Amino acid sequence: MMIIAQPRANDETDFTVRWRFLLLLLLAGMAALVLRAVDLQVVNRQFLQDKGDRRLVGVVPVPAHRGRVLDRNGELLAISTPVKSVWINPKEFEASPREVKALGDTLGISAKDIQKRAADDGHSFVYLKRRMSPELADQAMALNLPGVYAEREFHRYYPTGEVAAHLVGFNNIDDRGQEGMELAYNDWLKGVPGAKKIIRDGKRRIIEDLDNIRLPVPGKDLTLSIDQRLQYLAYRELKKAVLQNRAKSGSLVLLDAQNGEVLAMVNQPSFNPNSRVKMSGGASRNRAITDVFEPGSTIKPFGVACALELGSVRPESQFDTNPGQMHVGHNLVKDVHNYGVLDVAHILQKSSNVGMTKIVMNLPSAKFWAFYNNLGFGQPLETGFPGEANGRLSDHQGWNAFEQATLSFGYGLSTSLLQLGRAYTALANEGVMPMVALLKRDRPGESHRIMSVKTANTVRTMLESVVTREGTALKAAIPGFRVAGKTGTVKKTGARGYEESAYLSFFAGMAPASKPRLVMIVMIDEPSAGEYYGGAVAAPVFSSVMEGALRLLNIAPDQDSGIQTALQDGGI
Amino acid sequence: MSSDYGYVGIKLHEPPTRQWLSRLHIDLPLLAGLLMLAGAAAVILYSAGGQKLDVLIRQGTRLGLAMVVMFTFAQIHPRHFRMYSPALYLLGVLLLTAVLLIGETSLGATRWLNLGIVRFQPSEMCKLSMPMMIAWYLAAHPLPPKFRHVVAAGILILVPTAMIAKQPDLGTAFLVGVAGAAVLFLSGMSWRLILGLAVIGAALLPVGWHFMHDYQRDRVLMFLNPEADPLGRGYHIIQSKIAIGSGGIYGKGWLRGTQSHLEFLPERSTDFIFAVFAEEFGLLGCLGLLGIYLFILGRCFAIVVQAQDSYSRLLSGALTVTFFVYVFVNVGMVIGILPVVGVPLPLVSYGGTSMVTLLAGFGILMSIHTHRKHLPR
Repeated sequence: MMIIAQPRANDETDFTVRWRFLLLLLLAGMAALVLRAVDLQVVNRQFLQDKGDRRLVGVVPVPAHRGRVLDRNGELLAISTPVKSVWINPKEFEASPREVKALGDTLGISAKDIQKRAADDGHSFVYLKRRMSPELADQAMALNLPGVYAEREFHRYYPTGEVAAHLVGFNNIDDRGQEGMELAYNDWLKGVPGAKKIIRDGKRRIIEDLDNIRLPVPGKDLTLSIDQRLQYLAYRELKKAVLQNRAKSGSLVLLDAQNGEVLAMVNQPSFNPNSRVKMSGGASRNRAITDVFEPGSTIKPFGVACALELGSVRPESQFDTNPGQMHVGHNLVKDVHNYGVLDVAHILQKSSNVGMTKIVMNLPSAKFWAFYNNLGFGQPLETGFPGEANGRLSDHQGWNAFEQATLSFGYGLSTSLLQLGRAYTALANEGVMPMVALLKRDRPGESHRIMSVKTANTVRTMLESVVTREGTALKAAIPGFRVAGKTGTVKKTGARGYEESAYLSFFAGMAPASKPRLVMIVMIDEPSAGEYYGGAVAAPVFSSVMEGALRLLNIAPDQDSGIQTALQDGGI
Repeated sequence: MSSDYGYVGIKLHEPPTRQWLSRLHIDLPLLAGLLMLAGAAAVILYSAGGQKLDVLIRQGTRLGLAMVVMFTFAQIHPRHFRMYSPALYLLGVLLLTAVLLIGETSLGATRWLNLGIVRFQPSEMCKLSMPMMIAWYLAAHPLPPKFRHVVAAGILILVPTAMIAKQPDLGTAFLVGVAGAAVLFLSGMSWRLILGLAVIGAALLPVGWHFMHDYQRDRVLMFLNPEADPLGRGYHIIQSKIAIGSGGIYGKGWLRGTQSHLEFLPERSTDFIFAVFAEEFGLLGCLGLLGIYLFILGRCFAIVVQAQDSYSRLLSGALTVTFFVYVFVNVGMVIGILPVVGVPLPLVSYGGTSMVTLLAGFGILMSIHTHRKHLPR
């Protein structure tokens, strides 16, 4: 069927009307669109463009180069190097198996590993490899795979590794100081991050750097007082001794006797600051500063110095130590042997507790306390090192006779190794004790006179007799040099008081004894290979480190027939 | 509308090309308009699609296929379209029923029938079969239609429209409904009835709100106040407005649109491609693009006016109106004067489904125009 279309006239008019109506609507619609376009693109253009730019242009921080840590001679202890981290956005990552393999080969990870990480669709940020050399990262980026990105970071590298790890410390993943000097001087080292303008896309990725708003200000270098050569030497010898004696731990500090700078400070166990994955809790502790202990016999020279300084004894005073023990109140003070009648020098040489008790028994408590207090026992070191311990020296008002006696042979007070070293500088430096320092000094630091030149020199001369065949520390002797020092063997305190077979072995000494330049304290914790006396365990470490240090620092020998004398004395 | 050689019917005076094209049933002005649009589409799609040639090649292939369909349809005499109108309509309804029963779901909407080789979207077919059917029905009776015919036509329109809306595919349902309604309007249904329906429609808006899906309600709310959730649901509209506004009068230049290229603009090669165009070519570009659409629409108008029977006139009129609504709804959405509805920019947005239907419609228009009897008036 077919209807021939010849609409009637009124239909025609009606259709035309409607058609024109539609035409009108259409033109109105087009006009509306054009008006709106004018509204957006002319009237509101500036507003919308600004709004767009704000989404587009951002400001991001630029990491500042962290300052280096140097030793006193400018050798590197810590340095920041630019590195890059490569990451992928699994949602965008697209690569053929061949491309994945090429990427894996460049980054040094397996293709399977990349595939696994790329399958993690729930995230838009997955690291492939962190902190790699910028060259390798650039090679990976040159593959031009979609969804692969690189970001710039700084990697902190410690060239001396575990040797200076405790002192230098380390940073966390955000490059902020976490331990040691890195933490103590974080503000000095860190610098000020800069800021730059960037263009980013709708997925917040940085597309392009526009310009720098503020250049980053690099951190300042930090020069420590230690000498890397001495540090290496000390570390090697201490580690050897701790291994040989099957000890739990050990520490050593080496101080410049005249200005109190720490030239070496090492501990065992240590850790590798460049890779801390295997680090155990105790290994990161800088025991020489953070741990305290009873100093034992190493404190005896100070009891003697106090008595000499107050004039209550003279060097030639004689003390009867028969029968090798004595009652003080309800307690018993014992010597290892019965040494009979001893003068002051021999009390130190033989390390007689009975003799020491008799020397300090009649000292006024307040003055005895003040002497120890001035030597810095119980007083802060003020090095600024995190976790620095103050030790403890109890107030003299509560002392009874036995307590005063125990202080003379090193029990009843506690000190850190560095505090003990600081006290020894007073003996080495003719009675003047300098402030200790972990940073290199460009001018002499503050110092205090603790005792007269005469007292200091007298005690030091007495201490030389310790390092002889008759004394307790022949093994501390150094050919060509006169050595003064004192051994210590301390019973460790456990949960139930003093333990029977756990000892700390010490040697504290100085050289050259005629005019000491260096002071060194060695501590070995719980030697368990048989020997435990300070003279047998700690003194050899002192001897080898001090000998090397004297040579490295070009310090002139002060004993004319040095080698011969040492040989006559029984050799090393 | 001005006169036309063909209308005057003096074949001898026709230029040789026109004669040649008429024999091939191709309408040159319409084809020229469509090719201009395709050219503009290629330029902007290259930019919006990340400057990948394969995007262009794929879209070009689709366009080629759709052109073949258009030329094929142009060869078919309008009486055959008319003859098969009811059958096509019925087939459409059947397929829509099948979609609701066994259709494939993707992105929360069930729109596709899997025919093994291709996935087929019956709702697309309804964009053509709907106006064909209504035109067939109304043209079979004297015009203007009687009230009962209007009611019957109304039911014929509502059934597939409702089925498509149920999928849910509000954009297509709207276009299909508009195609049917346009036929009714052009057929001469009384103005009073139109007014009455408009009032009832307005009154039923709250009821429609009640039946809407949550996401559809969100879109309406976001349209009314996009700043309420600028990073969430208002994001599309805000980004689109920023991109268009950033273009200014002259635009940022081809391939230089930052907002669109840096992935701030979502769906930039499909529904929101107009924003990319506006950012890169500015107000002048927008006027140009709208001008091309206006040119095509103008040619369509000429074809409608010169149609020689009621069926052809109603059908071509409805197809023209649908094409315009297509453009208006998409650009209106992108430019922020209409809510977000999933309607592509005809022949410019990336994607093939709507392109075949659109060009098939233009094929019908060409057929109507080139199969006229050249009777002197």
